[in-house]
Amino acid sequence: MRRGILLAGLFTGISVFAVNSAQAVEIEYWQYVYETRVKAMDQLIANFEKANPDITVKQTTFPYADYQTRVVAANMSGSGPDVMQLFYGWLDQFIAGDLVQPLPVDTFPHDKIESEFFPIVSAMKRGDNYYGLPTAVRSLALFYNKKLFQEAGLDPNNPPKTIDEFVAAAEKTVKHDANGNMTVAGTTMDMAGQDHQWWREVLIRQNGGEPYTADYAKVTYNSDAGIKALEFYTDLQTEQKVGEVGFMDEGQAAFRAGRAAMTIDGTFRLGSFKSIKDFEWGVTELPTNAAGIRSNYASYFANGIGAKVSGEKLEASKKFLAYISSPEAMKVWLDTVGELPARRSAALTDANLADPIYSPFLKALDYAQTTLFVDEAAQRQTAIDMVNRVLLEKQSPEDSIAQAAAAEQEIIDAAKGK
Amino acid sequence: MRHKRLIWVWTFLALPILFYCVIRFYPTLQAFYLSFTNWNLMKPPKFIGFANYVKLYNDPQFWKVFRNTFTYLIIGTPLSLLISFVISFYLDRVRILHGLIRALYFLPFLTTAAAMAWVWRWFYQPAPIGVINDVLGLIGLPQQAFIRSVDQALPSIMVTSIWAGLGFQIIIFMAGLRAIPSTYYEAAKIDGLGEWPILWKITLPLLKPTTVFLVVFSSIGFLRIFDQVYNMTTNDPGGPLGSTKPLVLMIYQTAFSSYNMGYAAAQTVVLFAILLTVSLLQLWILRERK
Repeated sequence: MRRGILLAGLFTGISVFAVNSAQAVEIEYWQYVYETRVKAMDQLIANFEKANPDITVKQTTFPYADYQTRVVAANMSGSGPDVMQLFYGWLDQFIAGDLVQPLPVDTFPHDKIESEFFPIVSAMKRGDNYYGLPTAVRSLALFYNKKLFQEAGLDPNNPPKTIDEFVAAAEKTVKHDANGNMTVAGTTMDMAGQDHQWWREVLIRQNGGEPYTADYAKVTYNSDAGIKALEFYTDLQTEQKVGEVGFMDEGQAAFRAGRAAMTIDGTFRLGSFKSIKDFEWGVTELPTNAAGIRSNYASYFANGIGAKVSGEKLEASKKFLAYISSPEAMKVWLDTVGELPARRSAALTDANLADPIYSPFLKALDYAQTTLFVDEAAQRQTAIDMVNRVLLEKQSPEDSIAQAAAAEQEIIDAAKGK
Repeated sequence: MRHKRLIWVWTFLALPILFYCVIRFYPTLQAFYLSFTNWNLMKPPKFIGFANYVKLYNDPQFWKVFRNTFTYLIIGTPLSLLISFVISFYLDRVRILHGLIRALYFLPFLTTAAAMAWVWRWFYQPAPIGVINDVLGLIGLPQQAFIRSVDQALPSIMVTSIWAGLGFQIIIFMAGLRAIPSTYYEAAKIDGLGEWPILWKITLPLLKPTTVFLVVFSSIGFLRIFDQVYNMTTNDPGGPLGSTKPLVLMIYQTAFSSYNMGYAAAQTVVLFAILLTVSLLQLWILRERK
């Protein structure tokens, strides 16, 4: 009996002790599953907890396809994350659904955000509030196969700089067999990949147009510039015959297999291209037009604070968010995930700018655009269909672009009307 | 005693019934309700009457998808039944390697639809990697666009779907054939009936229950086609230009890519109505007339 009491006392002691140590604030961080991202975040959490012993951070991950649904479902049941990752394009939805709160200005003053981050951070601003900060950003560049360049008599260390040089290089590197079937593409054509971004934010602007009004509420590419940009793109297949939509199934697959001399893709492709063993490849900035105009498309996942977070959890969340968007965290992210730092000071270091792979992507961040999609998949579909109508149904570019503009406007209006 | 047994029966039945009510019937009813709302996951659903159905009726994409779905059904079901019947009819008479041939036909049925779709997707590619186009090139025939063509894509995908379901249909048909008593055939032979009359007057009529089952089963399968189409066209789901998109894929995209849950629920209700009508119609047409 006495022993029993002793044991009971012991247990009470232990549980009191356990409760005491749990007094430290625990916050929950959510992101989607991607091995290197999870690893990088584990490392950041460890660093953060070492510096803030009174805060623990629990990382929870979900498959990408489920992620948004999970955040919404958890919010409904009141058990959502304190700090969460979200794609910049989801922000309108997340604000409408009351999932995120404005970043407190005491920790995240606007003038600091605007001077220290790249201009694309403005995609996280609605009204007078910022709703999140990115750790890392992505941009596009032109990848080229040095071996195929050499075989075609091109200088592998002098990739195309202008759009004319780009077409010329594609014409030199493309190969057909005796029956006229393409065996090596000069450039990949894959609207389902990154080409729709290239067309939207780069080609249209280089032809003197604007894809949308500044607030991205109105489609404005149904213009001469839009038509010229579309014709330039489809001509690559029909006139110059340097690429084919669907060649080797996907653009990135063709490039990986050494069957495409050039492809336009993003930073997120670096990991997969780094394992290429059969040939050397290089990266360069997207080609300029004859007048030297450059543009690019940049996107990112930002981190925001849950709408219902308050009190000491909010204080802890602010500290954590400040840490994961600090230059130190960005360095970790670049080394582990390979994504570019979102702050100028962390990105534009001498070492990064001298890096032949990172520098073309980094340079793009100063002139990149961030399309404010309302439903990226549906809007991309309108661009895919636009090109297919010209290539498969022989519709005129004028009609096809008018149809695409109307369809995309409808998607935007439906989303804004909600 | 009887009473006691009844209690036992109901105890055991209660679990699956409860399961069905909670997991199947409740969400089904919920979907009916959601189809009258504008739920988009983010905000609580608001009742909007028939707006989703009006939108659906005026949506040209829906009618295209509707046409595609019925093309899969109207061509796919008879064709797959004809092929599987012919194969099982002759396979029934083969004695050598019978088991091996049957197994070969059945194998695709065991394979994951997604894996199979990807293999076919590569088969259909243009020359350097596409096997079919390679062969066409070797024998001097022009290259075909297959799943990159608005006209050929749907038949190309349907072929893979028919092939995948063939093994199952053959097995069921063979079982049906074996179940016909041999005395009928012996009597027919004594009466001097030829091959065709035997097939028309004895085999097909007696096979009717099997055929009805397969018609309904295969129709539901084609009306719900998704895996093959989605996996063979992931870059441009249901493309090119929506030429292969079935209703289920449209529902999937509306719900889980655009998060238009209310609109997707309305599409689901329409699919449910189609499935119900088609199945009842088939059962009525193929009913036993006595």
